[in-house]
Amino acid sequence: MVEFSVWQILGNLLLAARWTVALSLLAFAGGGLVGLSLLVARLRGRPGVATAVSAYVHVFQGTPLLIQLFLAYFGLGLFGIDVSPWVAAGGALTLYASAYLAEIWRGCVEAIPRGQWEAADSLALDFGEKLRHVIAPQALRIAVAPTVGFLVQVIKGTALASIIGFVELTKTGTMITNATFRPFTVYACVALMYFALCWPVSAFSRRLERSMRRDH
Amino acid sequence: MTIETPFAIVDIRQLRKRFGSNEVLKGIDLDVRRGEVIAIIGKSGSGKSTLLRCINGLEEFQDGTLLVDGQPLKHGDAKAMRELRQHVGMIFQGFNLFPHLSVGRNVMLAPTLVKKANAAEVDATARRLLARVGLAEKFEAWPDQLSGGQQQRVAIARALAMQPSVLLCDEITSALDPELVGEVLKVVESLADEGMTLLMVTHEMGFARKVSDRVVFMHAGRIHEIGPPEQIFGAPGTPELQQFLSSLH
Repeated sequence: MVEFSVWQILGNLLLAARWTVALSLLAFAGGGLVGLSLLVARLRGRPGVATAVSAYVHVFQGTPLLIQLFLAYFGLGLFGIDVSPWVAAGGALTLYASAYLAEIWRGCVEAIPRGQWEAADSLALDFGEKLRHVIAPQALRIAVAPTVGFLVQVIKGTALASIIGFVELTKTGTMITNATFRPFTVYACVALMYFALCWPVSAFSRRLERSMRRDH
Repeated sequence: MTIETPFAIVDIRQLRKRFGSNEVLKGIDLDVRRGEVIAIIGKSGSGKSTLLRCINGLEEFQDGTLLVDGQPLKHGDAKAMRELRQHVGMIFQGFNLFPHLSVGRNVMLAPTLVKKANAAEVDATARRLLARVGLAEKFEAWPDQLSGGQQQRVAIARALAMQPSVLLCDEITSALDPELVGEVLKVVESLADEGMTLLMVTHEMGFARKVSDRVVFMHAGRIHEIGPPEQIFGAPGTPELQQFLSSLH
């Protein structure tokens, strides 16, 4: 048994939290890009695309994130592809986030009245112009709350990456517990860290929503 | 390409439109001459709005041809549709202003993007058109700060900013409080006086009688009767039209 003071525990967890943040940002940026591409492809309305995108979304929404992580980490290994925990966790979380974001944002676009599309159509705007100048600015405002809500889910979801050996907040907590045998103290600190990450994000979302309402 | 009637700005031949197995337009023939004002009347479900929405491609039709300014309407050809829609303006029952843009930017959006006109010119045109519909001082206002009648007049200015050859009006006063109907109709009447080609689906029979050159009575997906307003309203030739007109009183 090694003696750690609470400050040492917090210090180590704080260092590990960097990787939780990095993984969350990666998942969110990657997932945002892929999700947006999926949404635009779907809105373009080429035959078959909507079905394909919807199948993709269902696969990722219908299976546990943990299993997706296992498949990315161990599954690819079966094919002789050696993946590091970083690549597996980053890849799996990106795909997972992309499916959810594509679906969340589709809902936001569908909340825009059909008349807005028709008015843009009748003014001869092309698909990209309609999306960029008419639909997206309105959908964006609706999207803030659910998007940030999902970002908080992703931050908490990165904890699962600890199981495939990715050393982030939760994994570090487990490692310190194994050394100190003080699980309650350590995991309480871990929980506090997650809260310290998630709460400001939610607070920022509330502020953003308010300010967007004000200046139209 | 040969155009049979040289003055037809909208030329519709044997237009058929189905929603699934339900045929809502059963072979429409209609020529609209430049500068002509046409009112389309009929019961709800008679196909009048659908016909109007076919003219700028908001609805696809399955059979027949539709020419605007001699150019055939081709669904699925994005470039041809963009070209055609620059000739056809549309005003909706629900105004459909863009709520995230100021009144001025609502009017300026399409000319800036589609016509690539320069900013100063677009700005000047927008101010002139807003003045024309009596809303010069609302350039900086937001759509939700305006009354329904004002919003509809902005929508008219927005459509005019694209310099259309034809303006389609789809029950544009139906969503308005009665006291606001007049201000919108006055603007439409002034457009008619200035020679704009207008096709309007309307329930305002007095207005249709006053400004239109021809009235189209639609019934069950067909043009049931067509003629000058004196004839349609004064001497309806079919029992369906007689019944429709008497149901209004």
